[in-house]
Amino acid sequence: MHYEAPVREPLIIGDKSYHDITVDVAKPVETFAPKSWWVVFTLSLIAFLWGVGCILYTIGTGIGVWGLNNTVDWAWDITNFVWWVGIGHAGTLISAVLLLFRQKWRMSINRSAEAMTIFSVIQAALFPGIHMGRIWLAYFVFPIPNQFGSLWVNFNSPLLWDVFAISTYFTVSVVFWYVGLIPDFAMIRDRAIRPVTKHIYRILSFGWGGKAKQWQRFEEVSLVLAGLATPLVLSVHTIVSMDFATSVIPGWHTTIFPPYFVAGAIFSGFAMVQTLLIIVRKMFKMEDYITIQHIEMMNIIIMLTGSIVGIAYITELFIAWYSGVEYEQYAFLNRATGPYWWAYWSMMTCNVFSPQFMWFKKLRTSLVFTFIISIVVNIGMWFERFVIIVTSLHRDYLPSSWSMFSPTFVDIGIFIGTIGFFFVLFLLYARTFPVIAQAELKTILKSSGENYKKLQESNEHGH
Amino acid sequence: MSTATNKIIINALYDDDDVLLKGVKQVKEQGYAIEEVYTPFPVHGLDHAMGLKRTRIAIAAFLYGILGLATSIAMTYGMMIIDWPMNIGGKPSFTWGENMPAFVPIMFELTVFFAAHLMVWTFFIRNDIYPGRKTQNPDPRTTDDKFLMEVELKGEREVLMNLLKESGAIEISEKSN
Repeated sequence: MHYEAPVREPLIIGDKSYHDITVDVAKPVETFAPKSWWVVFTLSLIAFLWGVGCILYTIGTGIGVWGLNNTVDWAWDITNFVWWVGIGHAGTLISAVLLLFRQKWRMSINRSAEAMTIFSVIQAALFPGIHMGRIWLAYFVFPIPNQFGSLWVNFNSPLLWDVFAISTYFTVSVVFWYVGLIPDFAMIRDRAIRPVTKHIYRILSFGWGGKAKQWQRFEEVSLVLAGLATPLVLSVHTIVSMDFATSVIPGWHTTIFPPYFVAGAIFSGFAMVQTLLIIVRKMFKMEDYITIQHIEMMNIIIMLTGSIVGIAYITELFIAWYSGVEYEQYAFLNRATGPYWWAYWSMMTCNVFSPQFMWFKKLRTSLVFTFIISIVVNIGMWFERFVIIVTSLHRDYLPSSWSMFSPTFVDIGIFIGTIGFFFVLFLLYARTFPVIAQAELKTILKSSGENYKKLQESNEHGH
Repeated sequence: MSTATNKIIINALYDDDDVLLKGVKQVKEQGYAIEEVYTPFPVHGLDHAMGLKRTRIAIAAFLYGILGLATSIAMTYGMMIIDWPMNIGGKPSFTWGENMPAFVPIMFELTVFFAAHLMVWTFFIRNDIYPGRKTQNPDPRTTDDKFLMEVELKGEREVLMNLLKESGAIEISEKSN
């Protein structure tokens, strides 16, 4: 019944029982935070508060406080928006696409990866909000009649598609995440000793009982949500890329953008999952569940998607030359050799060159190396968006209006602030939520747990 | 649920999913009615062994998706064709059909939005779970590593007790309510 080929490495290490999984997953919630948690939390909180200050300054004074000018009228705001949305994609990929492909190794990482999705989409959503300048008019993006009569939103605009895509993506991700959390909240509720804790987790768990029919529906709902989330996640970055691709700016209006953006999103998202999980497994001693094998699998995906991104970069260059359009050709020549050459080559080094190290087993199973590469990849992906946005704009059709972009302290402050906000949310989550989908994980203990695999092997030899 | 007063429920607690599954099958074979089974995780094949019908929630999700698609068509048609047709970039905007390609992203997103959210609402309502609901499982150990089967007593008490004991139950008790 619970059979898995012996050549497959165990996904749960050690002599674990169902009860051990319960105890290990509930531990971070039931015990005091380690000192390292407080250090990282304090730093993140300071960064977050600094970001809040910069956002309030922007709203109070206007977006003139940013480094934008007449030529470069989109810069860090949209760079950060695309970067954060992209990071979110890996969470959905892990929880939805790997579920459809029946990849069992997703189970100990999907909860945190999805949390990352939700928290990074929150960061992303901040930027379109504040870059409007008049945030109190943000409701104009929704299809509601306004004070001018029935002047509606423009459904032909990719910017409006983006509003629908991001809001659908965010809400569906939250719901998908929460449905999976309910049985795990119930587990914490049933273990809680203090009445206040028990009460809170009773509310969070919706009174879940784990009846046979409930589980049957639970599995069906998870499967259908995964089936819905898979095309959804692809549509989100496709639509984000259309913000650029449907314009007439050389360097932006390329048909390769949707697949290229989606691959880049998964690439950067997996890198962020690595960064977070290497911290989580160490901080909360989850090494038995988030194994080196998990890290290795994700490194392989980083290598694959990094290579896809590399091919996309080269295809872009080729098509620019092949198109015969001199403006298109200049846009790409300028990217690689113009005043922003350093951004272009940082992008190339970080995104195309660095993941190729993952061909070596020794490197892709090394935690320190993986951690460094995961940061490098995210720096590279930030530069990718910066290169696409700023270098395409800064030298437009009229050489007299060519200019450069330099960020002000507010640009930098808001970006640092979102990183802080992201980590504040993630660290709070890691202390109060079950960081591993324990109910799901228990279903694979007998087929993929180390002790059960050994037992199975010795039984086979006995026959 | 308000059960009839003469109905006696026997609780049998197991500590392994395979033993539970075997127990469910045996109890079912002997003609007893299984009231409910509480497990800490989805036990593969349990719904089949208990004779539960397939859930229709996926069909519901499909219908909700169609509703979402219809809503998006109605919305784009009503707002952009009927109420305030705009001439954007000289592109035709006076029939829905000609404008449809630009509405595909909206149609897709709303289909997913309706299907996902309404399905999850259905899931909550059908399972009778909501924030603040009284805990449904009678034994707190069933979210950890124990499995509870509730069987309705029929005939001799001893016969059922022995059957449950033989099937590997670690604790057997009468449900008090």
